[in-house]
Amino acid sequence: MPHTPDPITRDPIARLDGVVKRYGRLTALDGADLRLQRGELLALLGPNGAGKTTAIGLLLGLIRADAGTVELFGQDPQRIEARRRIGVMLQNAELPPTLRVGELLRLTASYYPAPRTPAETAELAGVSDLLERPYAKLSGGQQRRVQFALALCGRPELLFLDEPTVGMDIEARQKLWAAIRQLLAEGCSVLLTTHYLEEAEALADRVCVMTHGRMIHEGTVEALRARVALKRIRCLSTLSIDTVRSWSEVSEVRRDNERLHISAAEAEVVVRRLLAADLQLRELEVQRAGLAEAFTELTRDADEASDTDQREAA
Amino acid sequence: METAMSVNESFVNEPTSLVMPRRRVIGAYLEEARSECLRYMRAPGFMLPIMLFPGMFYLLFGVFMAKSEGADAARYLLASYGVFGVMSPGLFGFGVSLALERDGGLLTFKRALPMPPGAYLLGKMLMAMAAAAVVILLLLVMALTLGHVMLSLAQAGALLLTGMLGVLPFCALGMFVGTLIKGQGAPGMLQLIYLPMSFMSGLWIPLPLLPKFLQQIAPVWPSYHLDQLALAAVGLDQQPLLPHVLVLIGFAAGFLLLAARRLRRNG
Repeated sequence: MPHTPDPITRDPIARLDGVVKRYGRLTALDGADLRLQRGELLALLGPNGAGKTTAIGLLLGLIRADAGTVELFGQDPQRIEARRRIGVMLQNAELPPTLRVGELLRLTASYYPAPRTPAETAELAGVSDLLERPYAKLSGGQQRRVQFALALCGRPELLFLDEPTVGMDIEARQKLWAAIRQLLAEGCSVLLTTHYLEEAEALADRVCVMTHGRMIHEGTVEALRARVALKRIRCLSTLSIDTVRSWSEVSEVRRDNERLHISAAEAEVVVRRLLAADLQLRELEVQRAGLAEAFTELTRDADEASDTDQREAA
Repeated sequence: METAMSVNESFVNEPTSLVMPRRRVIGAYLEEARSECLRYMRAPGFMLPIMLFPGMFYLLFGVFMAKSEGADAARYLLASYGVFGVMSPGLFGFGVSLALERDGGLLTFKRALPMPPGAYLLGKMLMAMAAAAVVILLLLVMALTLGHVMLSLAQAGALLLTGMLGVLPFCALGMFVGTLIKGQGAPGMLQLIYLPMSFMSGLWIPLPLLPKFLQQIAPVWPSYHLDQLALAAVGLDQQPLLPHVLVLIGFAAGFLLLAARRLRRNG
């Protein structure tokens, strides 16, 4: 496994260790490992069907593993004592439509030993103006904010946020990010699953990439980007594609009208050759791959690897 | 399976704030029940049919048409429409809401939260009992004012109690159906149980007027046994009550166990 040894020796507050989970013939998790340290935000990324939801479901005690260890604060997540220390925001939960926001907060807070006051929760989640409104009368974005408020009302040590900003506009998303940062500053840990890579980039201390029920990468956002060494070069040039392609440093090139798009590991060398070969070259841009490219590259590699495995097996 | 539960030492010395005082645990059960009652009492789509159908039937058959038959007919129909009215908060309040909440993710969310065990079911049970009480009170008011039925306070109280406790076997049945069918299919399925069962137990037309065959199989239905108890409560039936009570308890326990097993397995 590409599981880098963690320099922090403290016990993780949430842990999956060699976990296998099958649904009939489908293997959702196939030896999944995950460690979440106190105070960090770990983003769990992966394409649909990678096993993210199953991993979260195990850590919340909703399902049981077929093999391996699942621990939350060193306990079985199905123990209520462990879950009293977590807050949960799931991807889709239709809350009782006729209850008012304040009533939902009051109910959820009652499950916890030392919850925040409703006013404090509402302030943090930005729902102070919604407390008297019935849940069904809220917009989609407002409902997501209320769900976030329910997640943090119990003063949890660990927050599970499953796609928290789906359906939110940009402003609401920024506010939610700010609230998450505030919680992190207070020492709360967060396990975040998201489709928005910029969200992981903006918030995460570490990212963990899953495909096919396994973790294929775990490390800092920087480390994930560095895994993909390629840089992108764009410029307006009259050079033919074939000329550029013949250079050994260039791994990929395509032309779209006048503009050349080049991928290369050593951008500096290619840029030097470009400038030497075309004195009229304009609008030169060099960009390091973002998290999105890194992610696509990683999961594509994993897909190809698993395809090869299947071919070999066949 | 899970390996041995080695509780790490760093987690043993939990801050005292993490210990849930008993008072707060009880508070959580109460909050759950309160929320459950509030949300359904506020939902006209739930409360109106529950109150209107037995209310209208009783007004029509128990008050207007029974005038010629005398007060005993109105008394008899008070018991049977009461049972008819009590069945629906059990079947629909419990069954349909469970089916919808399994579908909509609310049950999953609640299971992930540290909600005390059983608070969800207990809350729904108390809600169904409260709704049953509302239905019985409505019929009692109609019977005493419009139907000119003479009831002692003890008889009225006994009918109310019968209704509130009698809703429980139907909660269990509704819960079982709610675990079988997810989402919007549940109401239709429950209607298919509710209406024929009410008819065949003699809740709409008194049993002696029904075909012999239906009279013979009536003891199969839980609503028949509840009807016997309700008739006794208003002073119309002098048979021993214990067998009916035992059948209803057995019926409730059986479906509760079946439903709980399915919920644990399938969520």
